[in-house]
Order: sequence, then structure tokens, then C-alpha cells
Amino acid sequence: MTTQRTHIMVCGGTGCVSAESLQIVELFKEKLSGVGYADEVAVIKTGCFGFCGQGPIVKIHPDNVFYVKVTLDDVEEIVNEHIIKGRTVGRLLYKEPETQKPLPKHDEMSFYKKQYRIALRNCGLINPEDINEYIAFGGYEALGKAVTEYTPERVIDIVKASGLRGRGGGGFPTGLKWELTRKPVADQKYVICNADEGDPGAFMDRSILEGDPHSVLEAMAIAGYAIGASEGIIYIRAEYPLAIKRLETAIGQAKEYGLLGKQIFGSSFNFDISIKLGAGAFVCGEETALIHSVEGNRGEPTKKPPYPSIEGYNGKPTNVNNVETFANVPPILIKGAEWFSSIGTEKSKGTKVFALAGKVNNVGLVEVPMGTTLREIIYDIGGGIIGGRAFKAVQTGGPSGGVITVADLDTPIDYESLKSIGSMMGSGGMIVMDEDDCMVNIAKFYLEFTQDESCGKCTPCRLGTKRMYEILDRITQGEGTMADIDKLRTLGKSIKDSALCGLGQTAPNPVLSTLEYFYDEYLAHIKEKRCPAGSCKALAKYKVIEEKCIGCTACARVCPVNCISGAPKQKHVIDEAACIACGACFTACKFQAILRP
Amino acid sequence: MANIFSLENADQKLKALDAFILEQDAKEDALISILHKAQELFGYLPSELQLYVARKLNIPASKVYGVVSFYSYFSQEKRGKYTVNICMGTACFVKGVEKVMHAFSEQLDIKSGNTTPDGLFTLKDVRCIGACGLAPVVMINDKVFGHVTENDVSRIIDDYKNMEGSEG
Repeated sequence: MTTQRTHIMVCGGTGCVSAESLQIVELFKEKLSGVGYADEVAVIKTGCFGFCGQGPIVKIHPDNVFYVKVTLDDVEEIVNEHIIKGRTVGRLLYKEPETQKPLPKHDEMSFYKKQYRIALRNCGLINPEDINEYIAFGGYEALGKAVTEYTPERVIDIVKASGLRGRGGGGFPTGLKWELTRKPVADQKYVICNADEGDPGAFMDRSILEGDPHSVLEAMAIAGYAIGASEGIIYIRAEYPLAIKRLETAIGQAKEYGLLGKQIFGSSFNFDISIKLGAGAFVCGEETALIHSVEGNRGEPTKKPPYPSIEGYNGKPTNVNNVETFANVPPILIKGAEWFSSIGTEKSKGTKVFALAGKVNNVGLVEVPMGTTLREIIYDIGGGIIGGRAFKAVQTGGPSGGVITVADLDTPIDYESLKSIGSMMGSGGMIVMDEDDCMVNIAKFYLEFTQDESCGKCTPCRLGTKRMYEILDRITQGEGTMADIDKLRTLGKSIKDSALCGLGQTAPNPVLSTLEYFYDEYLAHIKEKRCPAGSCKALAKYKVIEEKCIGCTACARVCPVNCISGAPKQKHVIDEAACIACGACFTACKFQAILRP
Repeated sequence: MANIFSLENADQKLKALDAFILEQDAKEDALISILHKAQELFGYLPSELQLYVARKLNIPASKVYGVVSFYSYFSQEKRGKYTVNICMGTACFVKGVEKVMHAFSEQLDIKSGNTTPDGLFTLKDVRCIGACGLAPVVMINDKVFGHVTENDVSRIIDDYKNMEGSEG
């Protein structure tokens, strides 16, 4: 066996793959064999490092050097300089946005400093297509411990004591769910992994499945042992081809090693896992709809009770957990419930992965202890707002959540605190918005989403969200009235109270929350026919094109509201706040120096 | 309407579909997987293909139609050679993907959901492909374009058109 002195880890997550990281892997191999280093330097395709905005990412071990935005053209230089001569390629290092200081080590970057990785523990560290690497990092130890040392009841007790709650958004205690599914007597029970990550703007489940698929398989088997199920199903979006491929590989390897299948670890416990593909329906993230979809039907929800723990897939007791929840289970069994419950807040234990995106400098996946404040996430980890612009709001909980403003930036986030400020944890999408984002338009964006994704089964959701969307559309067109605001509130409240499933019950949240925190913006659209963020096209104002303006004053003279200023032969400026968009200036200008919206 | 079964290689495709159906243990449960396979083979799911699947599984054709029409991943119409998927996820939205969509729609002269008359491009909006770090994102068949602005659109379209020209 040859000894490898250096490992080149190349990110194989979706973000980096779409920026040619797989070609980078191949080119590294080619260049290395060209210089005769193929045996002593290994090139490894890993899971997502989380720092997606800086991809493709290449990390060199054991030197612990972290290169960002690597392109095919950089490969040769890394080989020649770093691998052969041992010199770091300075220009490919990450620079902190504030100090512009290049940092070679990832643990020195503020993006990683405040993170605490449990669910993402192996992402970026191991090769997700090699079960041996997972095992080398303690993989399948928890399953072995569970089936050989613990009774199913003991496993449930540990998970209950850890305080782990559902990471898909609901926050239901995981141990309790397992206990409820264990209780009923049935000839068959099922474990389902919900990998139908539908929140537009969340991609943590995808990264876990791509970067560490075995952690989910192991946890599903543990859940199967705990509730008394011998069959597991992963329900995954068809839009995630790479995650599907990695899961298939992982299941194949686990079966080959006897870690799935019959008599696992020599016990009497049998467990198998199969994959079912979704087909593009957001509502299938809801438990009952998901189960109908697994059964090959339209993914429409049914009322609860009966809960899936009593009557789920094929009418049998079924336990449904999401990907991130499962990924937390093996470390809990290894390190103990006390360890896990020592992290986080009083009622929300452990960590949460957020998909930080939008107008923030460092875009990527961020795993932090519960109770971290938004300010720490956005400013310390996220590096602040792009271009130093003013922070306006952050949206959490996707189409079911709401906006959080400056006033709540220092709230320690957990399930309860987010709810109390009118948003929710959701699956962990976190979209940062700046002063250019119109809150009415954002609310409209989410309503367009939910009314499009409404399955149509119940009236409040099918018609209610459509009416709300129409009202919002009117307001952004400058045709709203004050009565529309009352209608939005009344409709929102009745949809929340009367819709059949979680999708409908939470659909009005983005509207109600923006109405509460950004009421002034709604007013500006309705009363002044003005979009303060300048993003609603129908309300956009006229502008002077500076390069073309010669200062003839023709526009200023015809403006009925005197909102154009500028001395003769000087560039003129339109005060957009006062502009009524009459178009007189546009007609008067002989130099095409007025930009029509 | 051209019959899908009279197309080239239709026999082979149907054989592959039959073999896939045979492999499934619980047939009715597998309807969605079977439709995925059928769409992968034929490119879309016209009504005669839906009927074929229904008869093969001995389930009502209305059920197959109900499932096909429910899920947005299934298409009942023939798609263009290149499907231009514009990501309408939240991250892309706040980074201004609407302008990109507008530019594609204008330059291809079709609305989202439609196909150009030459059968080359289908324009579609998709919900988050999970590459938020690259927002705004456009995916053409399997290739992902990141940080796309409205100014990039004509170049992207031309590249595909040129590729077509050099092939033909």
C-alpha cells in the first residue's frame, strides 16, 4: 500500500458541481499523474462544505488550506505551487469582506468560527460515496450500540431525554413521535424519511444527503429498531438527482456490509430501505400528503387524526421524520442525551442548520446552536449585507413563515421565540433582504407560490390564497384601496383557522407578518402609489440618464409637481419620492435623457 | 396528433417500460415511479401513454391522469430540445431573477410553460433547485448557470442556437 502524503478535497455538492467541480477533480488527477504524483496525492470528492457562495471549494489536507472560487485554470498552479513546491497560492485564499485579509485556514474564518456542526458533521470531511470513510468517523457505531446493547424502549428514552425536535419545521419532539409509533400493535410498521425539501430557499437536506447519506440511513435503521419497523422509505424530490444517486450508492454499500438487511449486527433485527421519488408538489412535505404520494396517489393531505403513528402508509403505523432530524440521531446515541441537551435553549436543544442566502456576503449552509441571535448569523457568520447596504428584514420559515426586522435581530432564535415574533423556524431557509426589496412584493411572491402549490382539496386554501394573491397584485400595481388591507387581514385569519393542512394554515403568514412590520410600505403603495423600495415595476418612477442630460431645463419647466431640480447646463435630478409618473418630462426631453420606467 | 407509438424506437422504449413495470413488487404503489420511467423514455406523457400504463397496471385511466396532472414534474406536452428552467426560489427572487425571466421570455418570444415553434426551447419556472449560493440560477437541461443577469441571456441563447447550427 502506498502512503498518501496529501489529500486534495474537492467539493462535490450541487453548488460547486454546477461550477465544474467534477471537471476540476478530473483535471487534478490528470495533472498529478503528469508530474508523477498520482500515488502520493489523493483527490477526493467530498460533500458540501457549506460555503456555497465561494464555490468551487478545494481544501488541501493535512496543510489545512482552503481555496475558494477555484476554476479549471487554477488547477495547474495549485499542483505546481502548492503540491510540488509547498507554497500556498495566495490569490485563491478567502478574504474577509471587512479586513480583506486572506485566510488560509477555514477555522479562522468568521463564517465557520461560530458554527457548531452536528447534523453537518461529516459534510466536506468524508467521501460520501465510500462507506468506509463514514465508518472511520464512527459511522454505524450508534446502530450497533442500539441493537446489541439497548432495548427499543431505552433508545426512545435517550432520544426523548436529548430534547431533539423535528427539524422540518413543526418542532414536534422526536422521541415522543417514536414512542407513539411504537405503542400500537401491528404486523408491519414503517419508517419514512421526508426528503421532499420544498421550501424555496432551503437546501440543507439536500446537502446532508449528498454529503453524508449514511448518517440518514443509520438513523432510519435506529428508528426502525425503536418503533419495531423492518422497512424504511426515503421520499425524495426528483429535482435532486445527485442526492438520489448518492443514496442509491450508500444503500447498496450498507447492504453489502450487512448494515442493512437481515440480522443486523448479529441480532434478530431486520431493516431495509427503499427510495421513492416525488414529482414536484410542495404539499407532499406534509406528512399525510407525503404518505399518499408514496402510495402512488395524488399527494393530497387528509385530516388528522388519525395520525400516521396510528394509521399511516398502507394503513400501518408510520413514523415520518425529516432528513436533518435523522442526521442528529447517531451522535445522540454515541455522546448521550446529556451532551445534546446541554446545547441550545431551554426548550429547543441542539443545533439548527440554516440556508443563509439573499443579500448577504457569505451565502451558504450554517449550523449554529439554538439560541444564537440573528445578528450573529447575519453579521458575524454571514459577513453583513452585500455592498454595505442597509439591512431591512430576514425571512425565515419560507412560505409558512414571516419577516423579522432590525428590532428583533438580537432575539435568540429557537422554535418558540420565532413563533412569538410572527415567524417560524420552518425548515431553515433564511433569506436576507436589504432596502431595495419591497415587502409587499415579497408577500406577493410567497402567495403566488402557495396558491400555485395549493392542492385544491379544501376551499379556504384553494380560493382564499388566490384572492389574497389577487389583492396583493392589485396593490403592487398601484390599484389597491384601504379596504384591501382589511380584506387581507380577515381572509388571512379565516384561512389560518379553517384550512385542512399545514400548507393552508400557514400560507397567510408572510402577508400578516409584513402587514404588521411594514404597514407603512403597504400604505405608500395604496395612498401615494409609490413603492418605497423602488422594486414594483408598475409604480416605478422616471429617471434622468446622467450621461445624456445637457442641462437644458426643459423637463424641469414642464414638471407639474416641480420634482426636477438642477441649474442650467448642469445634470438634472428627479426626486422619485415626489414624482407622479405623468411622463411630461419624457415627452419634453429632446436628448432621450429621461428613462421611462 | 402524431401517435407516440409510431415514433422511431417506440418498440424498444415500450419494452424497457414493460420490463420496468415487471420489476415493481407493489404495482399500484409504484405508479409514480413508473410514470417517471415513462417520461424519461418518451420525454413526456401524452394521453395514449397514460392509457397504456393504466391498462398495463389494470387501474382506471382516470387515476393515472389524476396523478399526472397533479404533479408539476410530469409534462403532458412535448418539450423542446432544451428546457430552460428559471429558478423562482426566494434567494433567486431577491437577487432579481424576474428580470432574467423577462429577458428569456422576450428573446425567445414565448411565455413560461411554452415551447418555441422550432421545438428548440421550452421555457419553465421551477421552484428552487437548491443552488441558492449561485442565485440567480438558470438550468438548461442539466447544466446550471449561476449569477445570471439579463445581459447574459442573449449570449446563452445564441450559444445553444450555434451549437444546434454546427450539429445540423
